[in-house]
Amino acid sequence: MKTLLDIDHLNIFLRSPDGPLHVVRDVTLALDRGEALGIVGESGSGKSMTALALMRLLPRSAKCSAIRLSFDGQDLPALEDGVFSRTIAGPRIGMIFQEPMTSLNPVYTIGRQMTEAAVARGLLSSAAARKKAIDLLDRVGIPDPEGRMNQYAHQMSGGQRQRVMIAMTLMLDPDLLIADEPTTALDVTVQAQILDLLDDLRRERQMGLILISHDLAVVAQRTDRVAVMYGGEIVEQGTARDVLFDPRHDYTRRLLAAVPRLDGAPGRPAPTLPRTDEVIVARDITRVYMTRKGLFEPKREIRALDGVSLSVKRGETLALIGESGSGKSTLARILLGLDQATSGDILMTGRPIHDIPTAERAAFVQPVFQDPYTSLNPRRRLSEIIARPLVLRGERDRVANLEAVREAMERVRLPERLIHTYPSQLSGGQRQRVAIARALVTGPEALICDEPTSALDVSVQAQILDLLDDLRERMNLTLLLVTHDMAVVHQTADRVVVMRGGRIVEEGTAAAVLSRPTSDYTARLLAAAPRFEIA
Amino acid sequence: MLRYIFLRGCLAILVAFTVSLAAFLLLNVASDPAQAIAGEDATADVVETIRARYGLDRPLTVRYFDWLGGVLQGDFGESYYWHKPVAALVADRLDETLTLALSALAVTIVIAIPLGALAALNPNSWIDRFALGVAVSAQAVPNFWLGLIMIIVFAVMIPIFPVSGDSTWRHFVLPAFVLGSSSVPAVMRLTRTGLIEVMGADYIRTARSKGFRGWQLLRRHALRNAILPVISVLAVQLGQKFGGSVITESIFAINGLGRLALESILGADIPTVQMLIFVFAIVFVAMNLLADILNAAIDPRIRIG
Repeated sequence: MKTLLDIDHLNIFLRSPDGPLHVVRDVTLALDRGEALGIVGESGSGKSMTALALMRLLPRSAKCSAIRLSFDGQDLPALEDGVFSRTIAGPRIGMIFQEPMTSLNPVYTIGRQMTEAAVARGLLSSAAARKKAIDLLDRVGIPDPEGRMNQYAHQMSGGQRQRVMIAMTLMLDPDLLIADEPTTALDVTVQAQILDLLDDLRRERQMGLILISHDLAVVAQRTDRVAVMYGGEIVEQGTARDVLFDPRHDYTRRLLAAVPRLDGAPGRPAPTLPRTDEVIVARDITRVYMTRKGLFEPKREIRALDGVSLSVKRGETLALIGESGSGKSTLARILLGLDQATSGDILMTGRPIHDIPTAERAAFVQPVFQDPYTSLNPRRRLSEIIARPLVLRGERDRVANLEAVREAMERVRLPERLIHTYPSQLSGGQRQRVAIARALVTGPEALICDEPTSALDVSVQAQILDLLDDLRERMNLTLLLVTHDMAVVHQTADRVVVMRGGRIVEEGTAAAVLSRPTSDYTARLLAAAPRFEIA
Repeated sequence: MLRYIFLRGCLAILVAFTVSLAAFLLLNVASDPAQAIAGEDATADVVETIRARYGLDRPLTVRYFDWLGGVLQGDFGESYYWHKPVAALVADRLDETLTLALSALAVTIVIAIPLGALAALNPNSWIDRFALGVAVSAQAVPNFWLGLIMIIVFAVMIPIFPVSGDSTWRHFVLPAFVLGSSSVPAVMRLTRTGLIEVMGADYIRTARSKGFRGWQLLRRHALRNAILPVISVLAVQLGQKFGGSVITESIFAINGLGRLALESILGADIPTVQMLIFVFAIVFVAMNLLADILNAAIDPRIRIG
């Protein structure tokens, strides 16, 4: 095989007020044609910086140097900017970014953005480019690709935008594709489809692939070689089998230990006594949205939830799984009182939800949301953020509130010295702990956690999941965990409810549902879930 | 899109009516119009005669709806001073002000947008600092002073432009520059901030990864996004040019609406003042409506909810 990319001792410095930061240290990598290299590591480990350096997309404040940086025999640093963007960026090296919501231009149609580069370069006529774009949109699983060509980014979901982004990068048939968390925003079945497509392209066109991901299962299944980055350095690299199944470096071992696994024994033993005390009961919940496309179009009905019934029992962790659009988040919002069911009843410890005053409801159920970066008020100190539910309930005794905040912080193992800091001074994991502390401060019976760890690094995810489970046990809390990650379910849930299209398609103990699913849909979800194994 | 324009149009009409009411109240309640017409030294008898002659003794509401009824039929009353229909008077002078305002806007656009763009593309460079200097001085220098200096330099010392008047296009060069320069700071700074923000956006990074650089990147992906806030502020600026023409027209002796406004205010010519306020307000509202429609045409997020 021929070497496609050869990086020798790449160093990147970022200018900062406290002197230069050495964010990438002596990274040495090589990639052959048709080969897939996985780069894993936590946020801030330098993996994205390395990728941006290859595309000459580093921020202005960054400086990079390397002994050798050659692509297909060409010395990249020797190329002038104009030559680089004409000949390399796009048709030779393509890149998929991890921010699907903002990576497409909001004022141009999907069709224009997909075709423009190929047409501007004179590679394709506009008709041919259009045909190819529609074909690629179809291959990444966008329904009605022709209609989508005339739409704008804001008319699509995050997952769809990410697929458009992937298709757009493939328009120019790059020889090397750098994919930075390409499937993070996607459902497992779509993720599997996209990764299959990338595998096919690798085989068909001998395309090289650099897959940057924090999902070690995806990397294990889809790459030939793996490089593990930590603190700007590659601490270990080798074949996927060696690195992931026989790790040498301590950090790799710790990282691997944190990964939730679908195989092996379930993380939770069955309870000794069957749980019977129902904390939250939903009976025949239906939620209908009315929408209309244009001013004169008739109104249409969208059934987000269609006759959903479930009960969550005291002290258990119930996982609610399903793909985007399955209604799982709508159900969570209704249970939290953030949305109203069109019909059906909800009981909290036996009382109908609409009989409970809003302020009092906070003592029954509290939310923890997905994104700890946006769900905390950036202008408030932790002491205020965590005390907020108490203040809203009318408890204004500062001393007592502060004491409650201290206790909640201790429960989630946040050091007390952080009490007067702002969220921006905290890491992602610490912020999620703040969100959990805020949820606990009213002493609720149940927590509803909507994808509580999907914005976090693997090792942090493990800590947060452990914390939630520990709290459940110590405080006899009830947890409703909304997630799309099967491995998380396997490790932390007692029971599972699988939703699809607003209905419950399967319900049972986690062990039973994950090992012997009775519904085809669950079986398909399980088959698509990335497994920690070498393909 | 049509629905959007319709809603915005209704809102604009509502605003125009509110303004007409405010203008009417200001002129008729804040001061005594009859006294103003008669002059400060006039006897009570004279004031009363004038009050009766112009119908100013009728109740306020009657006078307002009388005026409004006329406005809806295009009749703005007769000027106390010129003894001609106000509408004809205004129509007569509209040309000069329109020419001045539009050419001033052109001056603003030609100076502010390229300068703002250059500053944005080279932040903290010498051109950025130069642009900042231009903005600060244009903001600090008053129009009347700049006008006089321009006359001294470009009409007296180096006589390439006429000192005053409004008969040829050459007469409009200096006033347009003076009036236009006052909007340069706002528009330039906004262009700069907007473009810096857009150039840092993720979709620009996407476009760069597709191989677009320099002018192509700007034209294909950045300008349309960056221009959105600029359009809104330009609309407000054009409205201000109409109002701001009062000073510039006086300095350069241009017979436009600004000068008419000054004369009728000094002469207590209430029907004329009233119409001018109304016209300036309508221009403001219409420009904002136009900006909203333009923004909707450019930005699909506004157009398609």
